[in-house]
Formats: sequence, structure tokens, C-alpha cells
Amino acid sequence: MNGDAVISTDRLTRRFGPVVALREVSLDVPPATIFGLLGPNGSGKSTLIRILCGVLRPTEGNARVLGLDIRTQAEEVKRRIGYMSQRFSLYGDLSVRENVRFYARVYGLSPAKQRQREEAVLALTGVGAYVDRLAATLSGGWKQRLALSCSLIHEPEVLFLDEPTAGIDPVARRDLWDLLFALTHQGVTMFVTTHYMDEAERCTKVGYIDKGRLIVLGTPDVLKASPEVTPRGTVRYEVTCVDPPAALAKARTVPAVRDATLFGSTLHLLVDEELEGSQLLALIAPGDSSASLRPIAPSLEDVFVTLSRAQSMEAA
Amino acid sequence: MTGFWAILLKEFSHIRRDRATVFFTFMVPVLQLIVFGFAIDVTIDNIPMTVLDLDGRQESRRFAEALVATRTFQVVERPTDAESFRRALTSGRAKVGVLIPADYSERLLRREEAQVQVLIDGSDSQVATTALNAVNLLTTQLAIGRARAVAESLQLAAARNMEGEAAVPIEARARLLYNPDLESSHFFVPGLIAIILHLVLLFLTNLSIVRERELGTLEQLFVTPVGRAALLFGKLTPYALMAFGELLIVLLAMSAIFGVPIHGDLGLLLALSWLFIVTVLGLGLFISTLARTQLEAIQFAFLVMLPSVFLSGFMFPRSEMPVIIRAISYVIPATYFVEILRGIILRGADFLDLFPNVAALAACCAVILYLSIARFHKQLD
Repeated sequence: MNGDAVISTDRLTRRFGPVVALREVSLDVPPATIFGLLGPNGSGKSTLIRILCGVLRPTEGNARVLGLDIRTQAEEVKRRIGYMSQRFSLYGDLSVRENVRFYARVYGLSPAKQRQREEAVLALTGVGAYVDRLAATLSGGWKQRLALSCSLIHEPEVLFLDEPTAGIDPVARRDLWDLLFALTHQGVTMFVTTHYMDEAERCTKVGYIDKGRLIVLGTPDVLKASPEVTPRGTVRYEVTCVDPPAALAKARTVPAVRDATLFGSTLHLLVDEELEGSQLLALIAPGDSSASLRPIAPSLEDVFVTLSRAQSMEAA
Repeated sequence: MTGFWAILLKEFSHIRRDRATVFFTFMVPVLQLIVFGFAIDVTIDNIPMTVLDLDGRQESRRFAEALVATRTFQVVERPTDAESFRRALTSGRAKVGVLIPADYSERLLRREEAQVQVLIDGSDSQVATTALNAVNLLTTQLAIGRARAVAESLQLAAARNMEGEAAVPIEARARLLYNPDLESSHFFVPGLIAIILHLVLLFLTNLSIVRERELGTLEQLFVTPVGRAALLFGKLTPYALMAFGELLIVLLAMSAIFGVPIHGDLGLLLALSWLFIVTVLGLGLFISTLARTQLEAIQFAFLVMLPSVFLSGFMFPRSEMPVIIRAISYVIPATYFVEILRGIILRGADFLDLFPNVAALAACCAVILYLSIARFHKQLD
């Protein structure tokens, strides 16, 4: 465990009966950074967040948040963190202001502090315009902003966000991320789970979790440059051709092609360096004069796909 | 107690916005009281009766009239042949058939034993029992009357009363205490108060917690530093207060509509009501820790309500219950509160009279609270 880290887990394991939801997860999150956790549904993302927030006990291993032991000092941790869950979990029958005020009271803010913080978070998230609306009547994006307002009311040092942008429109998504960046500049550490690759690209550090196992961990740039993703002696190409599905089928029969994936109307290939570009095109798109290719850097998606495939092969 | 006031105020905001809950709490109980209070009338009268009078003279008519005069019976048919008489009973138009033989008056005059055949439909045991008792009582009285007249004329009496008239040797002087008019509502309504309070409180508290669990707001609260006690008391106090208000309204309705006077100490009644309210809050809390969804919560609540209604002695006397069922009734908190309410309201019982019931209710309360609070964690698992 890293001493400076705001969040630090050590072989964290959680079982639900016979099901292992989280398997020996160890990670560190430095202060004032955004940690992005990715993974399919049911991979253990929410379980990890709930453990770190002190509402679920780990079966084995341990974790520290802000230097506090989440097993023994959970209530102290709760005072200093904010949490926004996957679902909208505020009171639909209360107004925007009533919701915010409720959380201000729950955290025991003094009346003066309460008013000051209320105005501050309403202004920050922009929901101030809707103070008297019932929360249930807000649109998805505004509900998320309200939830963020409530989780920020007590000036938390760490913010846990479980799929904060699930199901909201692209503009609201962009705005929310801008808000998150503004907060990290103020020194808040973020722990975010998401399904979106573009969101992962914006994180300081990312992790990929599958079946409870953390299989990728690092900064996006380091991960993309890692030899496991693009092994020595191989190169990544983006191929444009008339019939990409046919080309994909052919590519998979070529021994020099290590990996082939469809990306919209193009094909991403990981190929041995010895194979010339023109030779490759002749093999996978014969007779297609318009076919072309260009070398590309791996995307984060490439990183996750390659590494989880390698992991599952190892497991097999 | 961090966050107690926050939760309490929030809960009142919910209640203020939720007209249905307010209606459910304050209006429905009064309606229930009126409907059930009037509907469940266990005094049985006007039992339909068919009379086949083959005699038809003064003595036989007097017998039939005496039966009607008790108000227990009502003559619906006076057939003249045996077939219609039988039909009235088999078709269910009459529950009681009285067959007076042709020689009834003659036999009485000759001082021979006269017999009247009374057929009673036994399908509804309560109606049948009432009819049987009424007929036996009436016939005995008529018979004694005749015997006394004869004894008087012969100057020979088994016993004489203060006025020196011939009398029956032993007479039981029964006096009805507490409910002299045998109004069944007087007995029934106090018990109904316990059941209504139980029903409303159980559903309100249980649902208010399970709703938050289902919406995910409970999980959100678990992530805050709000104390477990603050969370529980903050959530339950508003409903306890509402239940108490409801109790006052129902008590008022009881005396205003049914004219049931409270013979005992109202202060004692209200104080012991709090014991029951806290017990039911505990039950609601306990159910809320078992149920994941509101639907489950409602099903569990019914599971608790059914024995409370049927086995608490509210509906059927516990002394009539089989041993096993009776044993179950001892662990139902409503059992004791029904006893307490009836004791204070009807008999003017004081704390000393009620002590066994109070002690038992307090024990139920302690066990339920202990179990439910032990089960309620600020944790998801």
C-alpha cells in the first residue's frame, strides 16, 4: 500500500455465498486525481465502491480511505467522502432545495454553514435554477447534477461516483465531466466507474475489472505503450476496405495477424512487422483497389480487449 | 444522534406531500370502525321461524306469541300442511320450525304433559345455539307459570316468596355487569381499536423503510455519518405520533358514534397505548429488515396481521380455542392490548388488574425491539 494514496486497497476480496464478487483487488489512488474503473456489468465495480464507502464489509483483505481503515473506521470515513450511486437515489417527492438541505442537516452542518454550502453547491452544479421543483420532475442530467450537489454538500475530500453518466445525454455527460475536472483542481479525489471508453481516456489512472479480478491497472498512456498490448515486433493497422466483415474473416486465417477486430466500418489489426502493408492488403482484401491502411496507436479499448483476452487465455 | 432532526423533518415532508398516507391514517380507521362496529353484531335476533299450529286454540296461539315476544324469533310462515312446513326448513326460508300438535290445549287442560316439537337448523351453530337456549328458557318459564298456578290453587307450594305467593324453590338472581344491555358493539369496538392501530402502524412504518430500501435512498443514507439510532428514531417517531393522533380520533369516534363510555382511567389507557405503539413499530421495523421490496413488505405485514385479528381474542374468545392455537395467542402482542383496552374501557380496570397483561406486552415489546434493532444494520449485507 502506498502511504500517500488517498484510496489504497490490499488484496480486497468479497464473497456473496459461493459467488466471488471481488478477488484480491489491490490498487492505489493518488490525491486530486480521477481514477476510472471499467468493466462489464456484474464484474464487481459497484461492490468495490460500496466496500470503499463502508457500507459493505470485505470478506478478506483491507482498504484504507484517507488513511482510515474501512473495517474499523467506516463512520469516520463516511464523514469525509461523498457517494453518488448508480441509480437516482434522492427523494422524488422533495424539492431540489429540500433534498440538498436534508443532506446538509444529515452531515450536521451549522445553520450558517448550511446556507453557505447550499448556495455554493447549487451554483456549482447549476441546479439553483430549479430549487423549488420536485426532484422527480427533473430530467436525467439534472437529477445527476442534483445528486452531485447533495454528495458535495459537506465538502468531501473523496468522491465516489458509480456510473454517474449512465443514461444521460452526451451534452449533460460532457458538462458533468467538466464539473468533475473542476473539482479535482480543487483537490478532490475521484473514484469513477463507467462503461464509456472516452470517459476512461480522461481519467488520470484506469483499472479494468472482469469477474471480480482487476486485470488492468495504470495510466492510459503507459497502458497503451505497454508491450503486452503491442508486443515488440508487431504493429497496429487501421484498414479501410469495401467489405470489412469478409476481410475480418480472411484476416483471422493469416498466421501473421495476431488480433483482428471490427471498428465501425474499419478493421483494427495487430500484425507481425515482417508482413508488409501491401502484402497484408493482398491477403485480406484481394481485388479491392480502394483498400488502404495506416498504422495507429492502440486505443484504451484495444488495451482492455487485448489484456482481458490474454488473461482469459492464461486462466484457461 | 447525528441527523435525527434531519430525518424527522424529512419524514414529515414526505407525509405532508403524501395525501394518501394521511387519509389512510386518519380517515380509513374511522370508516373501518363504523363499518366493522355496526356490521359485526353478534347478538342474534329475529331468527326466521315457521309455525305449524295443528291445534289453533288459545293456548297454542299463546305459545307461538310468547316465542315472538322474546324478539329472538320472527314468524315468517304459518303453513297449514306438513309439506310446506318441511319445505320452509329445507329451503332455508326458516331456521326454526315449531310444530304444535292438535291435542296441545286438551292435554294442558287435562293436566297431562303436552309436547311441542321444535326443529332447529343446526348449520349455523351460533344461530342454532341461540334458538335452542331461547326455546328452552321460554318453555321452562311457561311451564313454571302453569305449575305455580296449579300449586296456588291447591294451596300447596314448594316455596313461597316475600309476598307469600307460590314460587320456585331456587332462583338465580343474575345481574349483568359492565355491559348491561349486552350491546355487542361495546365489547367489540375497544378490541377493534387495537386492531386498527396495529394495522395502520405496521404498514406505515414497514413501508416507509422498505420504500427507501427499494428506491436506493437507504443505501445513500448508509454512506452518510447519520447514526443508526438517529436513522431509526427519526424515521419511526413521525409514525408513532400519527398513530397516537389516530388513537385519539378513534377513541372519540367510539364514544360519539357507539356511545361506549370509558369506565377506567383515560391516562392509563393512553400510557399503555404507547407501549403497544412502540411494540408495533418494532414489528414493522423487524419486517422491514426481512423484506427487499414493498410487495414483500405488504405480504409479510399481512402474515403478521392475520393471527393478530383472528387469534388475539378480538374475534373469537380465546377460552374456546384449542390448546395449540391458544398457545400461539400468547405470543401475539395484540392479545394483551385487546385485553387492556377492554379492561379499562368496559370494566374500569386499574393498573393492578391489568398487571399480567401489561407485563406480557412489555415483554413482547422488549423482545421485538431487541430483535429488530439487532437486525437493522447500516450495512447492505
